[in-house]
Parts: sequence; structure tokens; C-alpha cells
Amino acid sequence: MTALVKLTGVGKGYGSVIALRDVSLEVGAGEVVCVLGDNGAGKSTLIKIVAGLHRHDTGTYEVDGRPVAFASPRDALDLGIATVYQDLAVVPLMPVWRNFFLGSEKRKGLGRLDVDLMRRTTRDELLAMGIDLRDVDQPIGTLSGGERQCVAIARAVYFGAKVLVLDEPTAALGVKQAGVVLRYIVQARERGLGVVFITHNPHHAYPVGDRFLILNRGRPIGYHAKDEITREELTALMAGGAELEQLAHELQATGTTAAARELNEDARELGITDDD
Amino acid sequence: MTQATAEGSADERLARRDPLRRLLVRPEFGALIGAVALFVLFSVTADAFLQTSSFSNVLYSASTFGIMAVGVSLLMIGGEFDLSAGVMVISSALVASLVSFQLTLNVWAGVAISLVVTLALGVLNGVLYVWTRLPSFIVTLATFLMLAGANLGVTKAVTGNVASDSIGDMDGFQSAKGLFASEVGIGGVNVKVTVFWWIGFTAVATWILLRTRAGNWIFAVGGNADSARAVGVPVARTKIALFAGVAFCAWFSGMHLLFAFPAIQSGEGIGNEFFYIICAVIGGCLLTGGYGSAIGAAIGAFIYGMVNQGIVYAGWNPDWFRFFLGAALLAATVLNHVVRRRAER
Ligand SMILES: Nc1ncnc2c1ncn2[C@@H]1O[C@H](COP(=O)(O)OP(=O)(O)OP(=O)(O)O)[C@@H](O)[C@H]1O
Ligand SMILES: [Mg+2]
Repeated sequence: MTALVKLTGVGKGYGSVIALRDVSLEVGAGEVVCVLGDNGAGKSTLIKIVAGLHRHDTGTYEVDGRPVAFASPRDALDLGIATVYQDLAVVPLMPVWRNFFLGSEKRKGLGRLDVDLMRRTTRDELLAMGIDLRDVDQPIGTLSGGERQCVAIARAVYFGAKVLVLDEPTAALGVKQAGVVLRYIVQARERGLGVVFITHNPHHAYPVGDRFLILNRGRPIGYHAKDEITREELTALMAGGAELEQLAHELQATGTTAAARELNEDARELGITDDD
Repeated sequence: MTQATAEGSADERLARRDPLRRLLVRPEFGALIGAVALFVLFSVTADAFLQTSSFSNVLYSASTFGIMAVGVSLLMIGGEFDLSAGVMVISSALVASLVSFQLTLNVWAGVAISLVVTLALGVLNGVLYVWTRLPSFIVTLATFLMLAGANLGVTKAVTGNVASDSIGDMDGFQSAKGLFASEVGIGGVNVKVTVFWWIGFTAVATWILLRTRAGNWIFAVGGNADSARAVGVPVARTKIALFAGVAFCAWFSGMHLLFAFPAIQSGEGIGNEFFYIICAVIGGCLLTGGYGSAIGAAIGAFIYGMVNQGIVYAGWNPDWFRFFLGAALLAATVLNHVVRRRAER
């Protein structure tokens, strides 16, 4: 079976900054690939390439086995790849329902917008996520950060025909909504969609992911199937365990021993020891 | 008591947004208040103001600027300016006039060629903006200067004069005048045809903005171009189309001038671009884009027309016209700002 989305040796620079180097990634139907890494590791850059917002400088990008070079996100959307961007890509002054359908408006004859259908769909899709909006006509800028995130996710889920790309979708969410989003990811997988899920949180990634790509300063430092790695190893890889330990030493030196002891314990639990 | 429980079953948070609030947050609300206030002011101070013939003059004055304000307001909602709009009206009229006269064509041929040339100028503005990625303010300032120079230079070179030759006796003139510059009698009053075009253009623009996909895209590219692009809106195409829309309005206004007056003065039009922008801003369009309405721009143009003519009917010194327009601009924008801030809370 060919992968829905396949990146091979992809690199990308912004001027003199090399944001991404030699990254490979494969998402099949019914598969969730998690991308993890520190701030600035290049995760958003990676998904912007997948989404068609940036073009890769090196390597190849294939969709359904065919090489592509998207000129705009429209091209990616037309191939069924929908994305939730970290900065959400909403227009603050526009009503919620117009944002929901922006770029993929539903129309009835003569080019008229099917306003009723779009309003209703927006309300229903958000309700399904546990967001009960007072009014889908209010400007999206007046929603809370988490509500806005839910709109962006609901939109991608609604339009993502084949592949769903989520850049830190759970970052601003409450416990309940984060749970709903994780359940959405599982549902999408069961419907046969491919999912690329970016997160800082290994506790969100591990339960839903089939494969894990860990990035560090633009390079891949691990690409593992779920049965090759434990949650603890994943966390350790991500957190750059050594730095956690360094912090413990520093805290000890300044006398905050209780906190230091706790950190040491954390480090030990994660499988990082002094003689590592 | 029963009333309260019945309403309690709906979302209790909804109570804060009643119909009055909805009216208050409309972009054109401030302008509407301003228009009513000015109407009352001139009705009281100028006896002639309420006569139907004077009012027809007010509407005419409003319509000539209102037609341009339609295109300019859509462009402004899309986040851009067009400083070349004022001289483009003259360019358009000159093209039609010079082409018809020099080649002794039916004036309709000149009108059609002018449409093509003017739309090309609008597309040029848009393409330059997209290519250079400079602010549209700079790009259209450049085309403004170039057009202003070309209007004079070409006219002098072709006619040996700063004005175009009269085409009043040429084939097709009367029928074209009927479309662009005639008068329609309604209940004993003659109303200029531009008034109906103005209303028609405003209605079409309102429909486009609120009920079509293109309208959605216009708000989106003005409100946040990066987000719009990320969700698949063709940002460059939308912006170029908006510049072309301004050019279309400029063509129409140019045709009106051509058929309403015996000759076109090639040095005119300079400065009018600001009046179009003022109409749009008084009508509630945000300078930063992403917010506004075509109806607002029409109310802005109506205010312009009332001030323009009302001063004359009130017997005041017309030198004060710009002073009043500036005051109206200040009042309307402050009112818009305050009202929106309060209503959104
Ligand atoms: N448009 C840009 N121009 C220049 N540099 C950029 C641009 N976008 C990102 N970068 C740089 O590329 C690197 C990777 O950024 P990216 O946004 O992909 O990180 P990230 O892994 O998503 O981080 P975070 O977890 O904070 O979201 C960073 O060093 C960043 O400064
Ligand atoms: Mg990021």
C-alpha cells in the first residue's frame, strides 16, 4: 500500500536559518504519526510543507505515490489534506461560521452562499466537540483561545478528506476538550484517515500515536513505531533528559533541595542516570 | 415568572446581545446617525434644502462620488488603497474621447476601448502590488503620478490643447448619453440617472459582500491575508480583482463626465481619490481592512453630497466645504469607534 503522505530527506531554510534538515516521514491510511520536539525544533515548518504553505528546498514530497510541489494550501486541500495551524489561521473580525467555511464555501445556484447550511453545520460540528456557542455570528476574535482552537480543529476534521494535520491542537485546551480532540484523532484513524499530530505532550501523543518522529533543532533524532518505544523513553528523548538533570544540580547548589530531589526522582523515573 | 423560565431554557448567555446591540455594531451605524443629524441641520438652516429639486441636486452630487466609493470601499475592506482612482476617472474619459474623435469611430467603440484600457490599468495596479509586495499606498501613488502626467501629456500631444475635443455631434453620442448622463423624471422632478446607477452598484456590491464566496474572500484578505491564504483563499487573485473593481467604477464615472460635459479637462481628478476614501471611512470601513460595508460607503457619499450642496443652500461661504467635510469625517469615525467598542463589550 502506498503512503498517503511521504516525505523523504526533506529540508527547508528561511534565508540563512536552516529550520529543517533531512527529515523523512510516512503516513498511511488509518495511521497516526506524532511529531514531537522542543520549541523551534522545526515542527511547524514541517507541517507547513505538508500543508502546502511553504515549499521544501530539498528532498521529495509524495502524495499517493506521486511527487508534488504545492503552489498554495489550496492544492493540498484539493488533495484532501486539511490542516490546523498553530496560529489557527482565523480572521478575527469575521463571524465564526464564515471562518469555518472560509476557502471552502458551500454554495447553491447562481453563486449564492448557502448561509443557512453553513450556520447550521458550524453549530452542529462545534456542538459535537462539546462547544456550545451562543452565536455563530459573533466575530471569532471574541471567542476564548480554546474555543477558537476548537473551531479550527472542527473545520479541519470536517474538510480533511484523507489526511488531517494538527499543529499542537491540544495546547490551549481544557481537560475535557483535549480529551475530545484525542478521541477525534482516534476516530479519524478508524475512518481510515492519515493523521499527523504535533504536540509537546508525550502523554497526549503516546496513547493515540502509531509512529513517533522526534525532532531536535531541525534534525530527526528518532523515528519509532509504537512497539519499539515506551512512554518513558519517548518522554526522555523529548525532554532532552540531560538538561533536566542539569537543572536538578543547579537547584541543589542554590539550596532548594526539596525541588531538586523531586527533579532527580523524575530523571530517574525517566531512565536517565548520572552514568548514562 | 413564566416568561423568565421559558427564556431560561435558551442559552442564558445570549441575553446580552439584543437587536439594538446588533444594530449598533453594524459598520454603517455611525454614518447613519451623522446623516440624520446633518439632514436635520440643513433642513432647519436652509429653507431651499427640502425642496425636491435641491434634494435631487444633493443626490446627484452624492452619486458621482458614491459610484466610486463602491469600488473604493470594497478595496478598503480588502485591506488596500487606490490613490490613482481620481485621475483614472479622467484617463478613462480621455481614452474614450480621444479614440472616438481621432479615429472618427462611433462613440460606443470609444466607450468599449476605454473599458478595456481602464480595467487593464486596475489590473496593473493589482499586479504591481502583488509582485512588488509594497504597500498599495506606494504602488498606487506611483501610478497616480504617472497617470496624472500621462493625462496631460497625451492630451496635449494629440489635441494640442489641455482639453479633449467635443464629441457631442458624433455617432452614438445621444444613446450613450442616455445610459451615462441622462435625467429621469419622477413626479415632476428630474433625477440624474447616475443616482439610480449609484443605488444599483451599491446593491450589487452589498450582495457580493454578504452573499457570495467572493465577498467572504474580500473580508478575509483584508482581515488577515496570511490566514486567508492558509485556508485556501486565492489572496493575490482577490486583491487584483478588487483593484479592477475600482477601475470599473472609474470607467463608469469617466463615461458620465464624458457625456455630461462638452469637454474633458485633462488636469482634473487630482485629489478626488481622497474624497472616495473619506466616503468609505465615514461609512464605517476600517482603514486597516477587514471591516466595513458598501451601504456605509453610500451613506458616506450621501453625507458628502449633503455637505457639498447644503452649504450652498444655507447661503454659507462654500470655501468652508472642506472644513465641514473634515469635521464630519472626524465625528463619524470617532462615533464609529466608540459605538463599536461599547457594543462589543
Ligand atoms: N518565517 C520564518 N522566517 C525565518 N525563520 C523562521 C520562520 N519560521 C520559523 N523560523 C525558524 O525556524 C525554526 C523552526 O521553527 P518552527 O516554527 O518550525 O518550530 P516549532 O518546532 O514549531 O516550535 P514550537 O514548538 O515553538 O511551535 C525556528 O528557529 C524559527 O525561528
Ligand atoms: Mg510550532
